[in-house]
Amino acid sequence: MRTICFYFQVHQPYRIKPYRFFDIGEDHYYWDDFSNRTIIRKVAQKCYLPMNALLLELIQRYQGKFKVTFSLSGTFLDQMEAYAPDVLESFQRLVATGQVELLNETYGHALASLKSKAEFTDMVQKHQEKISRLFNGYTPKVFRNTELIYSDKIGEMVADMGYEAILTEGAKHILGWKSPNYVYHNSLNPKLKVLLKNFRLSDDIAFRFSNKTWEDYPLTTDKFINWINAIPKEEQTLNLFMDYETFGEHQWAETGIFEFMRALPESVFKHSDFSFSTPSEIISQVSPVGAIHVPTPISWADEERDLTAWLGNDLQDEAFDRLYELEDQVKKINDPDIQRDWKYLQTSDHFYYMCTKFFSDGSVHEYFSPYDTPYDAFINYMNVLSDFVLRVKEKVKEVEKV
Amino acid sequence: MKVLMFGWEFPPHISGGLGTACYGLVKGLAYHNQDIIFVVPKLWGDEEPLADFVNASDISIDYRERKFKKIWKNLTYLEVSSFLVPYLGPEEYQKFTDYAIHDRTDVDESIFTTKYEFSGKYGKNLMEEVSRYALTGAQIARDRSDFEIIHAHDWLSFPAGIAAKEISGKPLIAHVHATEYDRSGESVNKPVYDIERAGMHAADHILAVSQLTKNTIVKRYGIPAEKVSVLHNAVLDASIIKSKYEKKVPEKIVTFLGRITFQKGPEYFVEAAKKVLDRDPNVRFVMAGSGDLLNRMIDRVAELRMASRFHFTGFLKGDDVDHMYAISDVYVMPSVSEPFGISPLEAVRHNTPVIISKQSGVAEVLINAIKVDFWDIDAMADAIFALLHYKGISQMFKELGSQELKKLKWEHVAAKLVTVYEKTLSTRP
Repeated sequence: MRTICFYFQVHQPYRIKPYRFFDIGEDHYYWDDFSNRTIIRKVAQKCYLPMNALLLELIQRYQGKFKVTFSLSGTFLDQMEAYAPDVLESFQRLVATGQVELLNETYGHALASLKSKAEFTDMVQKHQEKISRLFNGYTPKVFRNTELIYSDKIGEMVADMGYEAILTEGAKHILGWKSPNYVYHNSLNPKLKVLLKNFRLSDDIAFRFSNKTWEDYPLTTDKFINWINAIPKEEQTLNLFMDYETFGEHQWAETGIFEFMRALPESVFKHSDFSFSTPSEIISQVSPVGAIHVPTPISWADEERDLTAWLGNDLQDEAFDRLYELEDQVKKINDPDIQRDWKYLQTSDHFYYMCTKFFSDGSVHEYFSPYDTPYDAFINYMNVLSDFVLRVKEKVKEVEKV
Repeated sequence: MKVLMFGWEFPPHISGGLGTACYGLVKGLAYHNQDIIFVVPKLWGDEEPLADFVNASDISIDYRERKFKKIWKNLTYLEVSSFLVPYLGPEEYQKFTDYAIHDRTDVDESIFTTKYEFSGKYGKNLMEEVSRYALTGAQIARDRSDFEIIHAHDWLSFPAGIAAKEISGKPLIAHVHATEYDRSGESVNKPVYDIERAGMHAADHILAVSQLTKNTIVKRYGIPAEKVSVLHNAVLDASIIKSKYEKKVPEKIVTFLGRITFQKGPEYFVEAAKKVLDRDPNVRFVMAGSGDLLNRMIDRVAELRMASRFHFTGFLKGDDVDHMYAISDVYVMPSVSEPFGISPLEAVRHNTPVIISKQSGVAEVLINAIKVDFWDIDAMADAIFALLHYKGISQMFKELGSQELKKLKWEHVAAKLVTVYEKTLSTRP
C-alpha cells in the first residue's frame, strides 16, 4: 500500500493589544479583540469556510477514499467559539464524516515541551478536553507538537502520555541519507511511531505554488502525479504537512490553489497507486523501518529547521524565562482569568515576533508579525507580562492566607 | 533697548529645549520692558504676543543687493551636506524629511525678489533652510533699521545673525545653547562646527548656558574667555506640581526621561540599574523616550535578564510626561555632555529627588541634588539605592530642591542679559 497523508495545522494566536508601561498594574485585559476578530473573519472568508466546503465535497464524492487530518490549536478553537461559530460548525461537520482525523497538541500552541514536563502534560490534557467537548467525545491517538517541534525526549514524554504516534519535520540534518517516506519510531521508546514531513513536496504546494520565478511554475496535478510516481516503490508513505492557511490565505484563490486541490484526488486515483490515509491508519498498517535519532529539538520553521525562530536571542530568552518562572505560582491559583492568560501568553507566536533573524528568514517573520520591529514586540510583551506577574503575586498571597 | 533676535522655533511649536529657552528669555526681557523683534523661519500664528514676531517666510529677498550675492555665495556650499540631521535620530529624521519633502516650496519667484517658504523643522533641507534664513536675516536687517543689537540663538540662526550684522553694522550676540561636541562627542559634523565657529568669531560677545559650555567654547572654538558670559537657564514656573495621577505598581520607580542618544548617556543608566536590582529586586526602572540607541538599550536589558524590572515607554508626550515625573521616586539624568539640561528641574517641580551628571550645566545651579560623573555607575547605583531607601536624604532633597527652584527666574536671567547688551554696546569701538 502506498498512501498520502494530508495534515493541516490550524492555528491562530491571541494577539496582544498595544499595552503601555502606564497600563501595568491597572489594565488586566491584554488581548486585541478587534484585530483578533478582524483577522479571524478575514481568514474565515478566504480560507476556512471555502476550504472546509471543498474538503467536505471531496470526502462525499470519494466515499471513504479521501481523508485529511487536522490539528486545531486551543487558541484557534477559543477564537472560533467567540468570532466564527460558522467555521467551528463546518469543522464539526467534517469530523462527523469519519474521514477526518484530529490530533492533540498543547492548548496554547506553546513551547512548554522545551521547558517543563508538568506544564506540557497539563496543556495537552486541556487540549484533549477541549477537543472532546467540541467534537462529540473525540479522543485523538496521535500527537503533533507546536510547529512540529520534536526531539527524542519530547517523543518520550508524548509516549508516556499514551499517544501512539507523533508528527514532525523530515529535516535533512536528522535524516541524512534516509528518506522521510517511511514510518520510524522514537529512539527512547519504540512504541511511539514517528511520521516525517516530506518537505520538498509539501512546500511545493505550501510555499512555491504561486511563485512565478520557480522553474516548475505553474504546478499542475499532472506534474505533481509525475513527481509522486517517481518516488521509489518501496517508499510507502508520503506525508504532506502544511499550514491550513495555505489554501486561500498564503496562496490566494486567484492562484488556482482550490482548483488544484479539487482535481488532485481524481488524478491520484487514476494515475498513481497512492491512496489517502490518516496517521492512525498508517501506523496500524505500516511497520516502522527503524529508530530516528533526534538528540536536539527540530521544527518545521525556516531554513535551519531548529528553534531559532522562537528562542535563542536575548529578547526571546529573557521573555521565555520570565514567563516560565511563574509556573509553580500559577499552578496554585484557581482563577479562570489567570489560567486563560497563562495559556495565551505561552503561545509561540509571541516569541516568533521577537525574532531578529532579519537577513535570512526575516521577511517571512515580518509578514506574520503585527509589530514593526522585534523590539516593539518585546516591549509590549514584557509590559503585559509585568502586569501578569503582579496579578499572580496578589492571587498567590490570597491563596496562602486561606 | 530694541533687539533683533533670531531663533529657530518658538512655543507652542517646538521640538527641543531651544524654543523653551527662547520663550523664557523673551518673557524675561518683556518683564524688563525691552523691545524685541523675534524672527523665526516659520510662524504658526498662535505664538504669545511677547515680541514683534517676524515670519522669515514672508520676507522678499531683493537679489539686486550686492552684499546679498556675497552672502549667498558664501553659504550655498552648505547645501552639499544637506543630508545632515543635527538634532534627530533616524526615526524622527524620517518623519521630518517626509514633512520637508511635502511642505517645502519655493514660492513667489519673480525676477528680482524671492520669498522662500520655510518649513521651520529640522530635516533634510535643513542646511538649505539655514542658508536661506541667513538671506532673509540680511533683508530684515536692511528693512528694519530701528534695532540696536542683534541676538542669535544657536548655529541654525548664526548665519542670519552674521548677515544681519554685515548689512546693519550693529553688534552681534551669539547665544550658545549646545555645541556640536555635546551632540556628537568627538565625531563632530564639520559643516555644523564651521558655522558655530564662524558665528562665535563674528560675534561681539558670546553667551553660554553654563560654565561647562563656556569651557567648551574656549577650548574647542578658540574664543578668549573674556568674550564669553555664562547665562544659565531658568524655569518658567517654579511652583510645585501636585499630580493626581497615581502609581499603579507597588514598587518604587527610577526614571530616565529624554532622547535615547549618545549625548544623554542611557547606557550608564542601564548598567547602574543592574547594580541596584542585584541588591534590591523591588524596584522598577523606566527608560522613557526614543532615539537611535533605543534598540541597543533593549538588547542590553534583555541580555542582563532584567526586563521584568526595566521598562521602556517609547516617546512620551503631553500629560504622559507629567505622569511619568509624578510616579517617579528618583529621576536620573546621566548625560555625557549636557550644556544645561532643564528636565531635572521639571522633576524637582514634581517633588522627585534627582541624580544628575557632573557633566551637565544644570549641576551648576542645582545645589541640592546628587551629582555623579556620568561614567561612574557604582556611584550612580549607590545614589539611587540611597534615595530609595534612606528617607532622610530624599526628604531633604525634596524640600531644598523646591526652594532652590524658586530662585531660578527668567526675570533674573533677563536682567543679567540687559547688562551684557549694555556692556557690549558701550565697549564697541
